[in-house]
Amino acid sequence: MNSKAVQYSKSIGFPVLSILVALILGAIFITAIGYDAAFAYRSLFNGAFGNIHSFSETLVQTTPLIFTAVSYSIAYKCGLINLGAEGQLHMGAIFGAFVGARFEVLPGGLHILFVLACGFIGGALWGLIAGALKMRFGASELITTIMLNYIAFEFLSFAVTTEPFRDMTPGAAPRMTAVVEAVRLPILLPQTRLHLGLFFALIAVVVYYIFMWKTTKGYEMRVVGLNPNAGRYSGMNIGTNGLLAISLAGGVAGLGGVVNVIGLQPFLTEGFSNNFGFSGIAVALLGGCHPIGILVSGVFFGALNAGGIRMQLMAQVPAAAILIIQGMIIVFAVSRELFIYFGRTGKLLLPKKQAGGESDA
Amino acid sequence: MAEYVLQMKNITKTFGPVVANKDVNLYVEKGEIHALLGENGAGKSTLMNCLYGMFDSYEGDVYFDGELVNIVDSRHAIALGIGMVHQHFMLIPVLSVIENVVLGLKENKEVLDLKAAAKEFTELGKKYNMEIDPWLKVEQLSVGQQQRLEILKALYRKAKLLILDEPTAVLTPGEIDSLFDMMRQLTDEGHTVIFISHKLNEIMKICDRCTVLRLGEVAATVDIAEVKDRQQLASLMVGREVELETTTKPVELRDKRLEVENLCVDNDRGLPAVKNMTFDLYGGEILGICGVDGNGQSEMVQCITGLREATSGKIVINGTDTAGLNPGQILGLKVSHIPEDRHKYGMVGPMTLDENLILVSYKQEKYSSRGFLRWKWIAEQSESIIKSFGVKTPGIKELAKNLSGGNQQKLVVGRELERTPDLLIAVHPSRGLDIGATKYIQQQIVEQRDMGTAVLMVSTELDELIELSDRILVVYDGEIMGIVERKNASREVLGPLMAGVRD
Repeated sequence: MNSKAVQYSKSIGFPVLSILVALILGAIFITAIGYDAAFAYRSLFNGAFGNIHSFSETLVQTTPLIFTAVSYSIAYKCGLINLGAEGQLHMGAIFGAFVGARFEVLPGGLHILFVLACGFIGGALWGLIAGALKMRFGASELITTIMLNYIAFEFLSFAVTTEPFRDMTPGAAPRMTAVVEAVRLPILLPQTRLHLGLFFALIAVVVYYIFMWKTTKGYEMRVVGLNPNAGRYSGMNIGTNGLLAISLAGGVAGLGGVVNVIGLQPFLTEGFSNNFGFSGIAVALLGGCHPIGILVSGVFFGALNAGGIRMQLMAQVPAAAILIIQGMIIVFAVSRELFIYFGRTGKLLLPKKQAGGESDA
Repeated sequence: MAEYVLQMKNITKTFGPVVANKDVNLYVEKGEIHALLGENGAGKSTLMNCLYGMFDSYEGDVYFDGELVNIVDSRHAIALGIGMVHQHFMLIPVLSVIENVVLGLKENKEVLDLKAAAKEFTELGKKYNMEIDPWLKVEQLSVGQQQRLEILKALYRKAKLLILDEPTAVLTPGEIDSLFDMMRQLTDEGHTVIFISHKLNEIMKICDRCTVLRLGEVAATVDIAEVKDRQQLASLMVGREVELETTTKPVELRDKRLEVENLCVDNDRGLPAVKNMTFDLYGGEILGICGVDGNGQSEMVQCITGLREATSGKIVINGTDTAGLNPGQILGLKVSHIPEDRHKYGMVGPMTLDENLILVSYKQEKYSSRGFLRWKWIAEQSESIIKSFGVKTPGIKELAKNLSGGNQQKLVVGRELERTPDLLIAVHPSRGLDIGATKYIQQQIVEQRDMGTAVLMVSTELDELIELSDRILVVYDGEIMGIVERKNASREVLGPLMAGVRD
């Protein structure tokens, strides 16, 4: 095997291993609380891939996850940790829903783009705030992005109950005004919820790849992210790169929010996000912030979301079990060092002469 | 028949397909100073790490004090009486000297008895004529003192065999002399020293025997008394004849490229690091900046390259006052900068070679158009730079961090010289490099000078400065002690100036 293939299998092997371990531990957990693990997993799988309907539901769940995973990855490549995709997704959805419900001046396709742009701007502004706080005052984006999430949540609950955002139809539950028919995304497969948003998500991944690896700006961001000192040495501006990165990250998360509004339900309610912002972090980490990795792990997490509902219905296993499995996957995926450590000390227990000649150096 | 304190027999260590040590035999006699000589990547560190228990597995046998031992970790090595002083000190700066000394000792009780330890430590220091106040914080010590502390720490742990990894790299001529005195005293008392180095003069001066490693194998073990001259050692080390002297053509001065006037710069702690410096630099000459590390050289260079702001004074490059310019704009004035720390500033380790080669000029039309990088063209250029500067690598898609130090430096130097600068600022250009790479890079710098480039070279290596510089500017505590012409430059003249003594 050549060295490239070795490297490739190494980078894939780890995420796969963490998924397997998490699934096994999940099975033990499900058995321990008194359910049939095999049956649960079978219904999970059927719920995610069993037929064209369940698979399209998986892809519906995947769509926003890809956006938020790309969001995390953009910031990560520039050395920033964006934990605010959830809030940025909310702000994008609010901006998009507000604009999408009002103006009907542009011809169809352009109108959709306009609404998407507004969603992008909503998320980007939310990211920019965290970026500006960091550049101006040195506030850690870890903290500020999390805190901004809560402000976004509260802003949504304000918007669904208060004019001019609120849907004033008599008897309507607290929600924002429905977006007009012209901006609703077409359904890709009849009789399913699968909408054009998936296509936009794929475009987002392609643009992410081209931007990061083919443009000078993306190159700058990666240099700054990997070695800010080298960036300074060669004349790059650390601050503006960071601001741009986290704004773009926020914008992409915002797109995920607005796409879910115009693709699924036409109106925005509280709790419209199935933890997409946070799960997106897991998708990005599991996929190693690599375009292909994001796609694959996005489908996987989408499947967990879609299949989890089925598992709950059929095997009666609480949906929380899915959250536990997701959590474990993340823990294992990010605890690479832990595995390496165990691998090393495990080898040390063997007599020296018999231990394998392989080494990681 | 000599008594061996250490015998390493047929040591073979592989990393995947790479053979780092092949059938290496190292016999060290009791009470000798044994040099381990070799270029970077020749396997010196790997061999010592095998001895120090840093690897899980290797082939071969190690006998220490006549007994077959299987050293599993560094704790075990220390218990046997092997002490290692690494090139990068393993000290904790915010702790006191004595806290660092007792760190990790097995005998430590729940409550540390630092006073008793300090007493013992002070006596040990007195014995070897290198006392250190045990209650000072390590960060208050000079680099030379920190090294003495590392040696004392090993002796405190009853080391019989002391391994010194490139110990003279960070010392002034005076400090090197006292280190050598101490090494002799130690061997007189029956200790044994392994001296890892590639400085041939030092090995000739201090060592009894020398094992030369080349490409992972032992090229020879020789008695220094029987070695004719350093040329002979150099040839053993590289496997062919090497030219140690660099020939220089007479100076052909061009226009003024750099003008520094009354420059004052503060360091990170806000204290003055550069005090009222004034000097000029012309095309076609090499101006060496000589001084012990930490006397304002770094701050001065950072200020000239725009990485740090001056508190007062003026810098003019190629006729342009650089006040208010950012590093990118300054590099745009045809300035090339070989930074002091290639890992920190000069390269991005987790990026590929071609990505590293465009680090400074990625925006130029050559490498990008309308915001998109021209990877195909970049690849071609990278291949040619790598070829012409002799960077050893499997390919341009290799990550920079996987190269050896020498090749990394060639990469940085290649990138900076390829831009055909008017002003070249080279800081410690040969630090940490083996003799082959050092000679190569020095030659490149001299060629630049001959082509008319103005070269500002900061170095702590006196030999290098004396050999290459047309003028040598000596700094001490941020001030210029004097500027010495090539014909007057010698250790005797520069030494006192470096120590802050004016006639």
